[in-house]
Amino acid sequence: MRREAPKSVADYTPLFFPALMLIVFFVVPFSTMIAVSFFKRNPAGFYTPDFVFDNYARFLSMFFGGVLGFSLMLAVLVAICCVAIAFPFTYLLTRRPRRVQTLWLVGLLSVLSLSEVIIGFAWSTLFSRTAGITNLFVAIGLMDKPVALLPTFGAVLTGMVYQALPYTILVLYPALVRLDPTLLEAARTLGASPVRAFFNVVAPALRNTIVATLIMVFVFALGSYLLPQILGRPQHWTLSVLITDQAIYQSNMPFGAAMAVFLVLISLALVGMTLLVGRKENAL
Amino acid sequence: MSGLNINAITKKFGSFAAVDNVQLNVPHGTFVCLLGPSGCGKTTLLRMIAGLEEPTSGAIVLDGEDITPLPTHKRNLGMVFQSLALFPHLSVGDNIAYALRIRGASKEEQKKRVDELLSLIHLTGFADRPVAKLSGGQRQRVAIARALALSPKLFLLDEPLSALDAKLREAMQVELRQLQQRLGITTIVVTHDQREAMTMADLVVVMGHGKILQAAPPIEIYRKPADAFVADFIGITNLLPAEVDSAGRTTILGTAIAGLAMPAGQTKASVSIRPEDVHLGAPGGSAITGEVSFVRDLGGTIETFVEVGGTSIIAVTTPRERHDVPVGAKVGVTLPPASCVVLGS
Repeated sequence: MRREAPKSVADYTPLFFPALMLIVFFVVPFSTMIAVSFFKRNPAGFYTPDFVFDNYARFLSMFFGGVLGFSLMLAVLVAICCVAIAFPFTYLLTRRPRRVQTLWLVGLLSVLSLSEVIIGFAWSTLFSRTAGITNLFVAIGLMDKPVALLPTFGAVLTGMVYQALPYTILVLYPALVRLDPTLLEAARTLGASPVRAFFNVVAPALRNTIVATLIMVFVFALGSYLLPQILGRPQHWTLSVLITDQAIYQSNMPFGAAMAVFLVLISLALVGMTLLVGRKENAL
Repeated sequence: MSGLNINAITKKFGSFAAVDNVQLNVPHGTFVCLLGPSGCGKTTLLRMIAGLEEPTSGAIVLDGEDITPLPTHKRNLGMVFQSLALFPHLSVGDNIAYALRIRGASKEEQKKRVDELLSLIHLTGFADRPVAKLSGGQRQRVAIARALALSPKLFLLDEPLSALDAKLREAMQVELRQLQQRLGITTIVVTHDQREAMTMADLVVVMGHGKILQAAPPIEIYRKPADAFVADFIGITNLLPAEVDSAGRTTILGTAIAGLAMPAGQTKASVSIRPEDVHLGAPGGSAITGEVSFVRDLGGTIETFVEVGGTSIIAVTTPRERHDVPVGAKVGVTLPPASCVVLGS
């Protein structure tokens, strides 16, 4: 269907509300943050308006570069783990009877009601030496004595995957429910084993969904700042942890803002690159 | 033994038998239409032949080999689905070559076979098109070509033409039949369209409530239906009550039909007569007298509805032999005994 180009100001009215929301909740705060990132820090007070690059200059060090790299790596890893677990899970879920599906989805939604703090402490208990799951392994004879599984990188990753998994499943679910089940059957009649058919047909047919989900989980994981502190060592802290630290505990708002701006730009660049690569492959 | 043998196949969903102890022999190269109303078990039977459903009991034997325990991908068959199930992310050529790719055929082999199949379905030069850019009929043909890529022993189609409009469907029926005859492949089509079955099949299998009601060549199904359900399902028919009167004559609607015999020992039965076999003439004599209640003039054929004591008899004539019988006129209906089929109760 062809639409006519808007002619008068009145034709643009449907855009006012979204535009207003975008300005109030995104443009204004983000501009403020960008402005603050160029301000000068006042050790005695808060900050004074200025236009200096000190905050960005300080950021461009090995230490912060390392933290940025680690944050991105962690977020990518969480995204890949989530999709790798959630995709087959959701696929199998959509093949179950409707009642079973509802039950599982309600269960997953209830996980969403847990706050990051509760998830963090629950996992720190589960991974502890005194009350953790290793006691269970000892009881059934898999281990000699209980060990602490935290603070480790694995614990951070597990906690973050756990937190992001329900979102991943809820994003994948609609696309997988709509998928024509005969696609897989057709592949099987053509000589593909069920596993091969899944990777040959189901996964490529949903490529765009998978890419979109990866990006969503990546961005979601990038903002996590509690779980790395609860479940990891300082070297597992993400840039979000450092931003919180600078902004809240060190009262260095300009530096925190500079790091936040940098993080946003880097993630935007990564997301843009992913989409660009996706489009190129699509064009083939 | 060559061909497909379906041996006492039963499929139960819970306590409901979707397919109930079905027995069918399909000689090699036969075109079979599984025909029946929705829910009669025809699709379930096809899916069991394909290995997409597991039978509760019974065996499926293809060319002497019991294929019941084999998974779908080892059965060497081609199948066309109702939704066609073309892979949306692949081009026409890649869709057709999929089975060859799975088998590890070389690029040249794949291309050669794709070109061969495309010319078979009259779509030469379409290999690089995305499937989304094809029309309904073209997609249909691509789905057929994809299923035939490995020259399978068995060609299965599940309501393949139901998504097409009436005209295209008729054309595809002819095309599909001609293709099947050229390849000599054993083919089983599920359909609820009796016209489709009559056009294409060597053997029509009418199913109802999970059972085979009649399996015979199309014209025999039409001329000699086994029971009232089959007679009513295949084409239009007049189902009339017949009785033996005190003088021993067989009567229909109170009028004796000379030359129509009932099975021995039976006094009541249903008689099926096709509308084109019903003759209309002047009332009186040995004819059944009735009143014309409706005339449907379709140009090519004229359907005349005659009301006889609350029962409607339909007669179909061509304009050439047109009788001038307006609505309300009294007419005499003659039922030639040779065209009457006495059905089991």
